[in-house]
Order: sequence, then structure tokens, then C-alpha cells
Amino acid sequence: MTAAVHREESFIGKWIFSRDHKVIGLQYMFTSLVFLLIGFSLILLIRWQLAYPGRPIPFIGDLLPDSLAPGGIMMPDFYNSLGAMHGTIMIFLGIVPLGVGAFGNYFLPLQIGAKDMAFPTLNMSSYWVYFVGGVLMLSSFVLPGGAARAGWTSYVPLSVISSGQTTWLLAMTFLITSSLLGAINFIVTTLNLRAPGLTWSRLPLFAWAQFVTGLILLFAFPVLQAGAVLQLLDRVAQTSFYMPQGLIISGELSQRGGGGNALLWQHLFWFLAHPEVYVLLLPPMGIVAEILANGTRKPIFGYKEVAGSFCFIAVLSFMVWAHHMFVSGLKTSLSYLFMTTTMTISIPSIAILTCFLLSLKDASIRFTVPMLFSLAFLPMFGIGGLTGLPLGFTPTDVYLHDTYYVIGHFHYVVVTGTLIALFGGIYYWFPKMFGRSMNMFWGKVHFWGTIVLMNLIFFPMFIQGLAGVQRRLYDPTVQLHNLTVQPTNVLMSYASWGLLLFQVPFIVNFFWSIFKGARSEENPWQATTLEWACPSPPLPHVNFEKVPTVHRGPYEYSVPGREADFWPQNEEN
Amino acid sequence: MNDTRVLDTSTGIPNGKLGMWVFLASEVMLFGGFISSYVILRTGSPYFSIPPREMLGVPLATLNTFVLITSSVTMVLALDAVQKGSVKGLVRYLSATLFLAFCFLGIKAYEYHHKWLEGITLTSGLFGSFYYTLTALHALHVIGGIVFISYLLAMALKGRYDSREHARVEYAGLYWHFVDLVWVVLFPIFYLL
Amino acid sequence: MNPAQSNYGWGLPVAASTYADKIDRSLLILHAAMAAIFVLWAVYMAYCLVRYRKENSPKAVYSHKSTLASYTPDVLIFIFEVWLIFIVGVPIWAHIREELPAPEDATVIRVVAEQFAWLAHYPGPDGKFGRMAPSLVDYANPLGLDPQDPDAGDDVASVNEIRVPLGRPVLVTLTARDVIHSFFVPEFRTKQDAVPGMENSIWFEPVMAGRFEIGCAQLCGLGHYRMRGDIFVLPEDEYAAWMAGEQAGRRP
Repeated sequence: MTAAVHREESFIGKWIFSRDHKVIGLQYMFTSLVFLLIGFSLILLIRWQLAYPGRPIPFIGDLLPDSLAPGGIMMPDFYNSLGAMHGTIMIFLGIVPLGVGAFGNYFLPLQIGAKDMAFPTLNMSSYWVYFVGGVLMLSSFVLPGGAARAGWTSYVPLSVISSGQTTWLLAMTFLITSSLLGAINFIVTTLNLRAPGLTWSRLPLFAWAQFVTGLILLFAFPVLQAGAVLQLLDRVAQTSFYMPQGLIISGELSQRGGGGNALLWQHLFWFLAHPEVYVLLLPPMGIVAEILANGTRKPIFGYKEVAGSFCFIAVLSFMVWAHHMFVSGLKTSLSYLFMTTTMTISIPSIAILTCFLLSLKDASIRFTVPMLFSLAFLPMFGIGGLTGLPLGFTPTDVYLHDTYYVIGHFHYVVVTGTLIALFGGIYYWFPKMFGRSMNMFWGKVHFWGTIVLMNLIFFPMFIQGLAGVQRRLYDPTVQLHNLTVQPTNVLMSYASWGLLLFQVPFIVNFFWSIFKGARSEENPWQATTLEWACPSPPLPHVNFEKVPTVHRGPYEYSVPGREADFWPQNEEN
Repeated sequence: MNDTRVLDTSTGIPNGKLGMWVFLASEVMLFGGFISSYVILRTGSPYFSIPPREMLGVPLATLNTFVLITSSVTMVLALDAVQKGSVKGLVRYLSATLFLAFCFLGIKAYEYHHKWLEGITLTSGLFGSFYYTLTALHALHVIGGIVFISYLLAMALKGRYDSREHARVEYAGLYWHFVDLVWVVLFPIFYLL
Repeated sequence: MNPAQSNYGWGLPVAASTYADKIDRSLLILHAAMAAIFVLWAVYMAYCLVRYRKENSPKAVYSHKSTLASYTPDVLIFIFEVWLIFIVGVPIWAHIREELPAPEDATVIRVVAEQFAWLAHYPGPDGKFGRMAPSLVDYANPLGLDPQDPDAGDDVASVNEIRVPLGRPVLVTLTARDVIHSFFVPEFRTKQDAVPGMENSIWFEPVMAGRFEIGCAQLCGLGHYRMRGDIFVLPEDEYAAWMAGEQAGRRP
């Protein structure tokens, strides 16, 4: 076995087609960060159009082809493409691959004391399938037909009749396959490869989150796959799964057989896409739990409640999907049911947040950069969660549905919640991944700039939503009820461009620190979980010098009677 | 594969076997998505016309069901043979399974051809759309099984399997029974109901 | 300035339907509760961050006890939500979605959404909608009304303008002919998707005369942003005069 470890590997075998979970994790991390930047850039163009509708885009406008932006002025179709691709890229190519693909791949095996994932080859293919899907998705901007323009939700019949959608569906097929391969790996790895002594009640919350996420992906994604195949057939083979009788499209009577149901897609889509929200959310919650325990120097309050809530959320997340369809013509009786389940799912989320907040009591808080990000997660995710209430509650959803209130809600959850926690995770685990730490001054600059500007972008969305501004409007000023609040768009746009500027310290810090950062020891944060028991970076293919044995729970900080205020899981006494 | 690791997993179940079960769980959801769409439209759409029973070719499909179930039996026999150490039996029963799988596809192709001529096509109506989509998806799974079993057969001929080392035969068996099971669901919902 | 613009400002638009107040009250209750919860969290968190920072609290207290008190927020929220759903929510939702007015007591209109316009169809004095056929749709006959059908003779069609009388509920049957649209009138606090192949009925009863905006709330293509229309709520006599004028114009 040791012979295999020290086998000389070529550059390609080591860095490109690697089967080592750590290299694959890094590949996921770099790729997803690039996609996050791309997805973010798309919305910056949109923000120009929203702030100054119909004015030529400065600088970049001249670079765009006339078919998209003649004279630098964005066309409505291009606007819709940007919106659809922003959503798709951020969710399927950015956040999920970063939270699950990168952090999960790198740290799940380390936290459970495994040498690697259960299926290393499958792991490698999962990354490459994702990569191909991502490149295909992105290249749709230059392929014939252009990029998808029917929203990231791709509601039929619009998606069936608009161009660019075929590429979107094919790319999604790759992304779904990649996620499924990953999910199988995560589940089997957690079930089978835990170090001796690592029982379920000693499993770190990050590992719990990744395991539960794997289960959600496994059960939710195939249903979208089915829906996507049906949509593809409707597009390329002229079937009518989603196309009702007697459609008149642009004045032409449709020649299709008809008989399909336009709401069927919404059911299939949201059956995936609501659980997907928790795929976006659980891994960051796991990261926050790790960092909070470390930064407060005490055990996480209510470890069992948090782990239990993860599982409860996973189950419930499959029973709430139709709350996206309250105004679609869903039967009233069904909307009572989904309103009740939706309100119920807020209970475990609040339980988790309560546990995290109570963890601050009696603590000894260190305001490190990762800790700042984790602390910011709590109120920000709080806003995101709370603003979900009026959307899950039918009498108020009827007004707020499809307005900017919805956009504000999920950006608070996914950006100021999830993404902030993921940033924290990067600062926290950077020393483990590269053996050097990031610069903390620039980390603080990045943190404060990011958190302030994000709030300036997303909070006005609630004001717009309450005023009735609909989402996905190319030019909001065409409708009278949007005019009063239009100045907020200018504020939000400047904030978004400022947010780009404040990512520069992060990007520079990240790359500079990989090569020039201060050397870091094995356990710089004096943490307890197993990933800190191996060298930084961990040994290729085996991680640990010898397989660790686990003696206690994951967050034994400040145990009375011990000199050090942390007691690693693998230390005998 | 690293044999020592297979033995000391936390659950005691080999990775491959657990992985296959997890994979099949996702397959259940995939077929579940399609089948529930079919059920929703068939029961809910006013424009869902079901072709008359004679056009469906129930006797041929029943024969095909029988062929596939038999192939599941031969797969069980193949595993049984190798567990008892009989490589010859393994080769024989794997070949039989492969033969039956090809029979299934052959009959299926004949059915497709016939239905198409009779006017049940992919776009002739929702029934046809669902029929071809679902049975083709199932046929793809059969083809996947054929690839898997052919690989096992080649390895068996090379003498790679014996009474101790035959985990993959078991995994292939799990997969093959699942494919069989899917057909057992598709057969009544397309031909009998 | 457009007269209708006085309906809008910062915050909610003017409440112009009978159930708009109920919805506004729900919004108020929820946002008050949300603000209260958030302030509690924030104050508690701010206190902890100061009180238990390393300088003030050099050593953390080790504890695995999770006190019963930690369940208090969950239980309180749970009770609040049960009250909210069953006492507040269900009656309102039943009122606005299930208690449709009888057609004889209401102004009945069919609205057909298409890319990118709202077509309104009135049954006329006979109260019966004429037959429509997709093949008859053209520029002069946007709804595709069948001229052979006796019920269609007195039907009135209009594009992007809906007129309704004040003082009676309006029953709208919504459908679409190409993609999904969503009928949204901010002042009435009503919204309903118009789905091709489906007929969704909604109702509202205006409480003031005036001009109100219809927006499309579901992405429907490149013209989604400009798919807007107006609802004119007229006093009963003006409405009757308009309808009579439409009838007169039809039969010269």
C-alpha cells in the first residue's frame, strides 16, 4: 500500500486527472470561484440597465456584439439571458460546487479520518462532468441560439419556444449527473469510512451537513432530470408533455398534439429546486458550526438538536415545493397543506439559529476573520429566513409573489447567508489546504466591505417588493407603480459595483497567500476535529500519517481541569 | 480495488454494494419522476387518448416480461454458481442472461416498429410520447446492463472470479433485478391498465 | 404626472379592493413579528459579543447541558405560526380564493393573456360568452370570436383596458394562449397566473373609482416588462354608458 503512495505521478495524473479527494476539492474550489465571479459579472451588467434603463453601457457596451446590445444598449432578450444565466451559474455552477464539491470533497474525508472518498474514480469523473457542463453552459452565449432566456426556473411553455434552451437542458444534464455521482460518493463515504470510534454522535456538524446534503441531492435531482428530459423532447421532438391544446404562438396556431400540462414542469422543477435551497444552506451551516465552536472556545450549544434539525429539514424539504405555486392555479386545498408544511420547516431552521446564538453565551469569543464571517451569517441568515414567512403565508404571498421581495429573501439566504459562510470557510481552512494562512488585515477589509455593500444591495429589494415591483423587468420604469422606488435601483447598482471592488482584496489575498502567505502549523486555530490532526497540507492519497482513533465528541473546548482549552478528538487523554 | 478497505468499513457492507444501493435509490426517483408525470397526465388531461388494447400487442409484451424475469433468474443462478466456486456455471448463466437481454431488446425493437407503423408514434399523442420515452429509458438501462454483464463475462473467462472474489457479480445482479423490476412496473401501466 | 401615479409611493400602494385591507393587516402582523424577533436576536447577540469577548471573558464555560429554555423560541414560534395559519391565514385565503361571487351578482370578464397584451372579453347584455376559435384570431378580431355564434353578437372585446363598475364584485376568468403570464393589480392586492390550457377564476371588488395598473408578474418573453394594462373603475352609470356605447358602435 505504501508503495502506491510514493508512486511518482505525472503532472497530469497529479493535478488534472487526479483521484485524490484533496486535489479534486481544490479543482472544484478554483472552478466554482471562477464561475461565481462570472455569474456576479453578469448581474453587474443587468444592474446598469436597471439603474439607467435604455442608456448605453459604459466601456463594456462597445465590446458587446450588435445582436445583444446595439450601440451598447442592452436588448430585452439579452437582459433575459443574463438573468437566466446569472441564476443558473450562481446556483448550479457556483455555490453548490463550492459548498459541496469543494469543501465537502476536501474536508469530509479529513473530518471522518478517511484516506479518501469511497470511490475516487467516480469522484474524479464527477468533477469533470461538472466542468464540461459548466463550460457548455457558459459557451451557450456564443453558440447558435444564444443563452437560455426563460429564467433559471425555465417555466414552460416559454422555455419550450424560446431559443437557447436546448443548450441549457443539455448542460443541466451534465450538472445533474455530476451532482448524483458526488452524492453517492458522499453518502457511502460517510456511512462506511469513518475512523474507529467516530460514532454518529461524535460526527462534526460539517460532516453531518454534507451527509444530509448528499441525501437531498440523491433524491431530488433525478426528478429534475426526468423533467428536463421531457422538456428536451418537447423542444426537439415536438411532443406535448407540457404543451396544452390550442396554443397560439405569435399569431400562429400550434400544430402540436397538445394535451400536456404547463404546471407539471413547475411541480417537477420545484420538487428539486426547493430541496436544492437546503443543499445551498446546510453545508454553510455546518461550516458556521465548526467556526463558531472554535471561535467561542466552547462546545456548540445543542449539538444533537442541530444535527437532528438538519435531518428534519431534509425530510421536510421534500414536502414544501408547491409553495412556489400558490398563485399558479394550484388547488386551494393543496395550498393550505403546503402553507402548513412551509411554516413547519421554519421551526428547525429557528432551532439551529437559536442553538448558534446560545453558543455565544459564556463563551470567550475571538474575532478572527473566519469568525467574523460566521457571526455575520447569524443575523443575515435570520433576515433571509424571517422574510420567508410572508412568502410561505398565502394571503401575503399573493401580493409579494414574483416581486423583488422574493429576490431579496433568497439573496439574503443564499448570498449574505450561504456565501458569507463559505468565505468564512475559505479563511478558516486555507492553512490546511495550502500550509499557509491568508492575510488577516485584508480579510477584515474584505469582510466589512462585502457585508455592508451586500446589505445595501439586498435590503432595498424588500422596499421594492412591498411597493409591488415585479421581478425580471427589463425596464421597470415602463410601469407606473415602479416609478417612485426607482431611485433605489441606482443605489443598489452602485453598491453592486462597489461589491466587485471589495472582492479584489480577497482575490489578491487568496493567490498571494497560496505562494507567499505566512507558513502555518498543523493546527493554527487550536481546533479539535480530525482534519487538524494531519499535516498541512495533508499527505497525498492517505491524509494521515496513521489512521486516527476517535475518543470523544467534536467540540471539546475549555474542558475543566485541562491545561489547553481544546481537546482534539483523536488525543488519547 | 483495495481489498483490506472493503472488509473494515464502518457499516460492514462493502463500499461497492452500498454504492449500488444508493445509486438504485436515485434511479427509483428518476423513474418515479417519469411515472408520476405519466400518471398525472393520464388521469388529469382531457386530451389523453389510450389506444385500443389490440394495438398494444399485449401477448408479445407478456412474452417479453417473461423473458426479462427469466433473465433475473439466470442472474441469480450465476451468482449462486460462482459462490459455489463454479466458474463454468458462472460463464454459462451469464451468457444465458446476456442472451435473454438481447432477446428482450429484439422483441422490443419489433414492437416499436409495429407500433410506429400502426400510428402510435412519439408525437401521435401523449400515450405514445410517454410509451416511447419510458420504454426507451428502460431499454437504455438494459443496454447498460448488457455492457456490465459482458464485462463480467470477459473477466470470468479470464478466471478473475472465484468463490471468494465475486463482489461485482453481486452488484450486477442487484442492478439487473432493478431493471427487471422497473419493467414489471412499466408493463401493467402501459399495456394492462 | 399620470393621474394613477398618486396610487403609488414608498411602501404599499393604495388599498383599492375590499380584501386589500385584510392582506395589508397580515403583512403588518408578520412584519411586526419579524421585526420583534430580529431585534431580540440582534440585541442578545450584540450583548454576547461584548460581554463574552476574549478580553471580558478569558475562559469559556464548558457545558453540554442544553436547557429547556432553548426550546422556548421554537415553541413560541410554533404557537405563533399555528395561530397565524389557522386563525388568520386560512379564513383570508378561503375568502379571496374560494368565496367567488355568483356570476349574476358580479361583473363577469374573461381575460386572455398573450405575448404581450391583456385581452378582455365581456359577455355583453345577454350574459353569455360567445364561442371563440383559435383559427379566427386576427388583427381585427383579437379574441377569435365566432361571428356565426348568436351569443357572440353582443360581446365586447378590449385590449389592455378593462372597465368595471364600482360597487359590485368582479369575477375574472383568466387564461393564456401562448405562455404563462400573471395578472397582477398592486392596488387590489391580487395576483393570479394565467396558464395556457387552464381557466383560473379570481375575484375582487374595487372600493374606489379610478385608474389602476395591471402588470405581468411572470416572465413571459422579451416584452414581459411592457406587458401592462389599465383597469378603469367607473361609477355604475358611466360604466353602463360605456357598455351601451360599445353596443351602439357595433350595430350602426
